[in-house]
Amino acid sequence: MATSMPPRTPLPPLRVPGQPTGGPPPKKRRANESISTWRLTDRIGYFLMWAAGLLVVAIGLGIVGFMAIKGLQYLRPVLLTSHPQADLDQSKSGGFFDPLVGTVLLTVIGIAIATPIAVATAVWIVEYGRPTWLARVIDSGIEIIAGTPDIVLALFGLVLFQQGIFGWMSFRAEDGAVFGRSFLTAGAMMSLIALPMVFAATREGLQAVPAHVREASYGLGKTRAATIRRVLLPSVKSNISTGAALGMGRIAGDTAIVVVLLGASLRLDPEGGIFGILQGTGGTLTSYVYNNSPAGEGNAAQKAYAAAFVLLLIVIGLNFAVDAIARRGARANGIETSRLGGS
Amino acid sequence: MITNDERERRMDPEQQSSSGAVPPPIRRIRVDTSPTVAPSRPTHAAETLRPTRGAAGPERMTIDGLSVFYGPKEAVKQVSLPIRQGEVLALIGPSGCGKTTLLRTLNRLTELTASARREGQITLDGTDIDDIEVTALRRRVSMVFQQPNPFPMSVFDNVAYALREQGSKRPSRKVLEPYVVDALQRAGLYDEVAHDLSHPALRLSGGQQQRLCIARALAAGPEVLLMDEPCSALDPKSTAVIEDLILELRESLAIVIVTHNLQQAHRVGDHVAFMYLGDLVEYAPGDELFTNPRAERTRDYVGGVFG
Ligand SMILES: Nc1ncnc2c1ncn2[C@@H]1O[C@H](COP(=O)(O)OP(=O)(O)OP(=O)(O)O)[C@@H](O)[C@H]1O
Ligand SMILES: [Mg+2]
Repeated sequence: MATSMPPRTPLPPLRVPGQPTGGPPPKKRRANESISTWRLTDRIGYFLMWAAGLLVVAIGLGIVGFMAIKGLQYLRPVLLTSHPQADLDQSKSGGFFDPLVGTVLLTVIGIAIATPIAVATAVWIVEYGRPTWLARVIDSGIEIIAGTPDIVLALFGLVLFQQGIFGWMSFRAEDGAVFGRSFLTAGAMMSLIALPMVFAATREGLQAVPAHVREASYGLGKTRAATIRRVLLPSVKSNISTGAALGMGRIAGDTAIVVVLLGASLRLDPEGGIFGILQGTGGTLTSYVYNNSPAGEGNAAQKAYAAAFVLLLIVIGLNFAVDAIARRGARANGIETSRLGGS
Repeated sequence: MITNDERERRMDPEQQSSSGAVPPPIRRIRVDTSPTVAPSRPTHAAETLRPTRGAAGPERMTIDGLSVFYGPKEAVKQVSLPIRQGEVLALIGPSGCGKTTLLRTLNRLTELTASARREGQITLDGTDIDDIEVTALRRRVSMVFQQPNPFPMSVFDNVAYALREQGSKRPSRKVLEPYVVDALQRAGLYDEVAHDLSHPALRLSGGQQQRLCIARALAAGPEVLLMDEPCSALDPKSTAVIEDLILELRESLAIVIVTHNLQQAHRVGDHVAFMYLGDLVEYAPGDELFTNPRAERTRDYVGGVFG
């Protein structure tokens, strides 16, 4: 075969104007790539990328710094443990123990509902995904949920949970009308905020598991179910945790659903034990900050700053958790951390 | 030594098949198509030079008129082959000739590919493999892949996974340990990992990972072991370890190995099958196929390797 091909004449080496030609470097220097050899547009682009990165860092640090100064100025430990009081005088309006508990409670409920549904959906899409049209419908369904503004979700939830069959989730008025606002109903709607994030993280993790790993499992005579349970889910554990932590951050930071579906009240409903609290209304740090900001009715700016700072700490803490989980998960599996990229 | 000329000849079919759909004429050789199994001939004198081994055992698997299609494309054409206990069958042939496809059909892994369709019969101990429950079949006919693919868990769990019956209660670590150790020993890996069985498998070297995969496949208690280019990602030393292992394992198993390394096929293969574009061109005892190939196509492919 090779003999039947015409002999190739070698091309002369490619010369590009302005490009340094071969040969030893002029000065004795470590042979690192030098930006001075780049084209002008590349150099400008390089500078812009640096500038953009620095700008983002500066904005982030600015927000955190401002909130830290303001927050630390007004934050007192007693605020975390005392109940809020409705009082126009800031010295008498108490702390934000109830909103803090509300944030934690709502986040836990939301993520507890979202995670199993999101993981199950992602597993189905990636591992089964048939019929294809159904997979596509589910995929766009989740995209729609992800793209729906939270206030719209909140309104929809209110209409939905005021239906009679959901009466057990909140409470009924004497005439039988369902109130529709409670930790349970707000948590159910909050799960929709977190669901797309857990779903996306899980799906991405599953898609990153090479096909030959699955085949290795099938090749050992394992069923699909066993493969999912014993190989795939453990492999994507850290992805699920990452998605869940991100989702929790989103829930903790959401306001619209709290205002519409939780009542955004100052205090939790103390009646009826834990289930009573779940069926009752309440507020979170976000609604507390809103109420006490100059825009709200409480107008206690100092409390708002203190609560906002706590909220920020929670969300930043969750973000660090995301990072730590991803790293630890990768290490435990022996995967090089660098492959995950920076986040 | 291999001269340049000979190397070119040997490489030729590979370049051909990878370059597309054009049917590759290597010097217009016609090979009798069916039956594709060359009848075995009286034992060659050279065969006695091979390392001693017991007489070939009974036929465990029989491939009869097997064709595999991916959509309209016929990847394996009317192949018939015996797979015997106690010997190694080496599959050789240029890239894309259907070796992997043939191997994966033997434990019905091709069924995972939606477009794949099979014709012909494969039996395991006289039973059609379609009549054997697929998970049971795959435990009896287990597979080692080209790319080392341990699960992202500990060394111990990798092997234990193969032992655990699915669905039912998980046996404890204590119960499993002797079996795990045994499988690791058979795969020649135990001494290197004994100090820390909870070490993440993905942190092992490539050669160790591949031996772990072999241990995992052995732990399932297979009767037939399929190996798809098990050494292609490994250095010569790990390759030698695995080849020794194969020669040891063939006492108790039937082994089918796909390899691009003709020397390796010669070293470990008791019988060698040469495939070309989905056809089985020649099937013969290793020495015979390499020193005295009957089909010219085989001669072109193996030509100059030994001699
Ligand atoms: N999943 C698939 N879908 C469609 N065609 C496939 C698929 N897998 C393999 N083929 C085709 O079937 C033919 C045989 O492939 P196979 O992987 O069995 O070759 P091979 O002999 O193992 O090659 P190599 O030596 O490169 O591993 C090839 O032409 C390939 O393009
Ligand atoms: Mg192959």
